[in-house]
Amino acid sequence: MSTENQALIFELSQEGRAGHSLPELDIPEQDISDLLPESFQRTEDAELPEVSELQIMRHYTALSKRNHGVDSGFYPLGSCTMKYNPKINEDVAKYPGFAHIHPYQDESTIQGALELMYRLQTNLEEITGMDQVTLQPAAGAHGEWTGLMLIRAFHEANGDMNRTKVIVPDSAHGTNPASATVAGFEAVTVRSNERGLVDLDHLREVVGEDTAALMLTNPNTLGLFEEEIEEMATIVHEAGGKLYYDGANSNAILGITRPGDMGFDVVHLNLHKTFTTPHGGGGPGSGPVGVKSDLVPYLPTPLVVKDGEEYRFDYNVPESIGRVKPYYGNFGINVRAYTYIRTMGPVGLRNVSEYAVLNANYMFRRLEPYFDAPYTQHCKHEFVLSGRRQKKLGVRTLDMAKRLLDFGYHPPTIYFPLNVEECLMVEPTETESRETLDEFIDAMIQIAKEAEESPETVQEAPHNTVIGRMDETTAARKPVLRYTKEA
Amino acid sequence: MTHRYLPMTEKDLQEMMEVIGIDSVEELFSDIPKNVRFQGDMNVEKALDETALVKEMQRLAGRNKNTKDYPSFLGAGVYEHYIPSIVNHVIGRSEFYTAYTPYQPEISQGELQAIFEFQTMIAELTGMDLANSSMYDGPTALAEAGMMSAGHTKKKKILVSETVHPESREVLVSNAKGQNLEVVEVREKDGVTDLDHLEELYSKDVASVIVQYPNFLGNVEDLAAIEKIAHQEKALLVVSSNPVSLGVLQPPGAFGADVVVGDAQPFGIPTQLGGPHCGYFATTKKLMRKVPGRLVGQTTDDKGERGFVLTLQAREQHIRRDKATSNICSNQALNALAASVAMSAIGKEGLKNMAAQNLQKAHYAKDKLKEAGVEVINGTPFFNEFAVRLPKSVREVNKELLEAGMIGGYDLSIHYPQKENQMLLAFTELRTKEEIDHLANVLGGVK
Ligand SMILES: Cc1ncc(COP(=O)(O)O)c(C=O)c1O
Repeated sequence: MSTENQALIFELSQEGRAGHSLPELDIPEQDISDLLPESFQRTEDAELPEVSELQIMRHYTALSKRNHGVDSGFYPLGSCTMKYNPKINEDVAKYPGFAHIHPYQDESTIQGALELMYRLQTNLEEITGMDQVTLQPAAGAHGEWTGLMLIRAFHEANGDMNRTKVIVPDSAHGTNPASATVAGFEAVTVRSNERGLVDLDHLREVVGEDTAALMLTNPNTLGLFEEEIEEMATIVHEAGGKLYYDGANSNAILGITRPGDMGFDVVHLNLHKTFTTPHGGGGPGSGPVGVKSDLVPYLPTPLVVKDGEEYRFDYNVPESIGRVKPYYGNFGINVRAYTYIRTMGPVGLRNVSEYAVLNANYMFRRLEPYFDAPYTQHCKHEFVLSGRRQKKLGVRTLDMAKRLLDFGYHPPTIYFPLNVEECLMVEPTETESRETLDEFIDAMIQIAKEAEESPETVQEAPHNTVIGRMDETTAARKPVLRYTKEA
Repeated sequence: MTHRYLPMTEKDLQEMMEVIGIDSVEELFSDIPKNVRFQGDMNVEKALDETALVKEMQRLAGRNKNTKDYPSFLGAGVYEHYIPSIVNHVIGRSEFYTAYTPYQPEISQGELQAIFEFQTMIAELTGMDLANSSMYDGPTALAEAGMMSAGHTKKKKILVSETVHPESREVLVSNAKGQNLEVVEVREKDGVTDLDHLEELYSKDVASVIVQYPNFLGNVEDLAAIEKIAHQEKALLVVSSNPVSLGVLQPPGAFGADVVVGDAQPFGIPTQLGGPHCGYFATTKKLMRKVPGRLVGQTTDDKGERGFVLTLQAREQHIRRDKATSNICSNQALNALAASVAMSAIGKEGLKNMAAQNLQKAHYAKDKLKEAGVEVINGTPFFNEFAVRLPKSVREVNKELLEAGMIGGYDLSIHYPQKENQMLLAFTELRTKEEIDHLANVLGGVK
């Protein structure tokens, strides 16, 4: 990584430079003042940079060298499924027939796009075991909110107006309770037991006539399969609630088990995790939602349907929750996910999950002697370790994460889930080779030894990154959220 | 099975199973109840080798008429603009596109700095104090602004102009339902917000007044007058803006807007059937701690070097859970990067040039269409879009245009039943004189 501090692009700016080749105006020029009343005209320029094309390229190349992606090295960030992002997906998304089509073109001129969406929906219905899928939601959290709004519409249609609570496990991702709030519900927490699974007794206690839904990830955010899922489904369904599946962890179950078969009524998938679309440094993603038949009437509009040999949008959904996203979802991302599904096929997808789970268990067993393992059963595609033992030596999980940076790795997810002390959550994915896993394991073992023998090496890490530990307190106390030109 | 994305060899498999202490991979799934264990192969489309896959994907892409082959006059919230070649080269650098959210600042300085620059550019364009790192798209950003206004003012009524993008209004209504907020539409009059109606609906119970500038019909709203009404009591003024127009138009910030939202799609992001695009969210210092989504801030490291971090995270779902300002987690970071690169390439002077070209092309088109006998509806100042009234349905006319090799405009009657036979046309710097003349000719001949 480049250690050279990179100037802001605004600091490179020089009056009179440009990096574009805008079209020549081929009509008679008219004065702006003749076209816009003075009171509407901009009086102060927006200070965009003035830089040449090469300067821009060097600037962003320098920035890219200060950034770590999956292509740069191992990225075992739990819950995020940082697998390889296939290059063919990127090529396909750039075909003019996908990249340069407008959402308001006549349906007859976008039959290929509609066909792709329809086929993707159909494949995802099979993969999740649900009756119908919408591709509208933009990301996981957006899918959660959409799914909860569907559940709300279902209850309201049944005259069930007092179902105000959504139950989430203590290990749930932050978006689950946040989405519950945005959808107008109150989030209620259900505890995990000593095996890291939902405590069924506690679930029975919190479930009731006010339960709208239980939100669950399975495998859960500890990487453990909720074995009693059938029983949980029964408890929630008997109380009149619905079961929501947070599909962020689907990489463990493709072709192995399906949310629809486990009793879930609604699922969302993160195509930017399980289905290899790139995370892009934080997005864009895509969060399709699948539902069982009793929730189909409430799906957001429009739907993509097949009519004989033609594909079209269907806006005639009288009980729909309405529109959740402009146009038809993140189409460009959906193109990539479809390309991936067609690359893998049914057997390939099952292999994905088998190897993702195998890789995780292999790492888990090899690391178990050196760290505390709060849960010892076979994990699924990820596992959690606790840094309790190291903490007693004065080395925190944050320190170990920073030390991993020195080895060229992106650290695992840390301090999540919240119910594990000094948590480290490792997700290797299926696309990593045995050699890479072994090298990472060696680094982790070395760090565990350092914690005992030379804790300061870990406490003072990172030692060779482009920048040291950041002053986050000042960042939050005196926020500087933009560049301002010095007068 | 060997597969190019799956490096597991038979030897690895055996050795790894031995370490784990299992005889088959199946044992790892033994905790899944039999009843819910999937049997056999899923009925998913079969795998294709790369060559066959390319053929199949080209077949699907080939079934779409793209706007590079057919000059298009569609806008209505999604615009085809000049995309500098450099944009794809930057966002194609895999250090950017294969990275996750920059939670580890030491190895994410590139992304963090790029977002900080994006935030700055958006703040500059909109004339606001600050901007966040992106939202899903313009309409969801607008809905979030509505939610924020309700949270901030503790009022439950949102006034939204009928001249705001219909799909934005729909998304707003869906969101408002979740929060039990009331959304009331302010009528359109002569192509802009009816100020008398706004005044009439306004009360101290209003959380925000939401308008679009230029509005969905292409017209420039009188923000000064709207601001006066909106700020009589505690309500926030939320303005949705096409950022390109702000190259010539006085930015909403200059009129006292509290929140400016919109989509950065016109900067370097292809239309791609409407997504992914790039919502933006800009606001004032006063509202900084109410902002939804991620914010990047500047700070220093332990050696005093300048660096960047995600900041004010106490607003966000991973810290605040059910008390967060929004549930958004993943946003549109890579598209924010694309927009930053495009804005850097176009630059300060280029933006003025680009915006002026849009304005001029649209006005040239208006004159040409009038000359050709087409009825142009707008009377007020407009930017790069306006409506025409046709002798028959827009659908039918668009068929004729397609036969003439063009993609026609947007059918306003879809969302405004009273605007039968009205077509909204957009003119960006990409539309040539020849294409505009051709359009005028064909539309002039429609009977
Ligand atoms: C378990 C879980 N649920 C939900 C989400 C939210 O997904 P997104 O970031 O796409 O909104 C995540 C992503 O971090 C997750 O790990």
